[in-house]
Amino acid sequence: MRRSDEPIYWGLFGAGGVVCAMLLPALILVTGILIPLGVLDPGKMDYAHVHAFVTSWYGFIITLVVIIFPIWHAMHRIYHGLHDLGVRTTRLHHYLCYGFAFFVSAATFVLLIQMCGS
Amino acid sequence: MNNSQSKRKPYVRDVKKDWWLKNRFYSFYMLREFTCVFAAIYVVILLWGLLRLSQGQVAFEGWLNALHSPVAIVFHILALIAMLYHAKTWFALAPKATRLFKGEELFPEKPIVLSQYIALAVVFMVVLAIFII
Repeated sequence: MRRSDEPIYWGLFGAGGVVCAMLLPALILVTGILIPLGVLDPGKMDYAHVHAFVTSWYGFIITLVVIIFPIWHAMHRIYHGLHDLGVRTTRLHHYLCYGFAFFVSAATFVLLIQMCGS
Repeated sequence: MNNSQSKRKPYVRDVKKDWWLKNRFYSFYMLREFTCVFAAIYVVILLWGLLRLSQGQVAFEGWLNALHSPVAIVFHILALIAMLYHAKTWFALAPKATRLFKGEELFPEKPIVLSQYIALAVVFMVVLAIFII
């Protein structure tokens, strides 16, 4: 019998759950509410600041963590949630869900590497 | 995933689409599962911002302007509520997922749950401080 790949997805799901609970509330509040509404200084999120951040070694890691873990968490829940909605999941659903998470992860990594190089 | 190669035809019980609306416990379960949709959309917005950032200043400012639209603000308010609800369920779940023992007894749940709320408050203060200072 083929070894299950579920523990890998479950591990990523768990890590994503922690990031969603601990980091995303504060980030959503700042990037999506307080800065657009002008409560906080929009200068902190201008091109120069954000570019310097994502190309620093710590910003590189933080950006990867903040995007990659939550997308695996979310796609894992959506895949298993299909069952709850009465969908009889097939391999195609599996490939679409985890494929999308992989695509988002790869795109994040490539964009970050590209910006560090230029 | 259905890996079954069997030729038999098992009985599959019908699942009514609204089974989770009939019972409060199941409704909150589905609500918890649904919070992940907000997380997915939010990180895709961030990825989109990263793409625009890589295309230069003008492109990135276009992305920043889009965040000012009422639809974007409303989405982020809903996403914040969703993530806080996710956090509440996740913190409650942590002591059940990792069973710590104090001697023979299970470590009590309350301090584990409470310490996560304290950690969340610290993260909020640190992130706000970074953007204020």
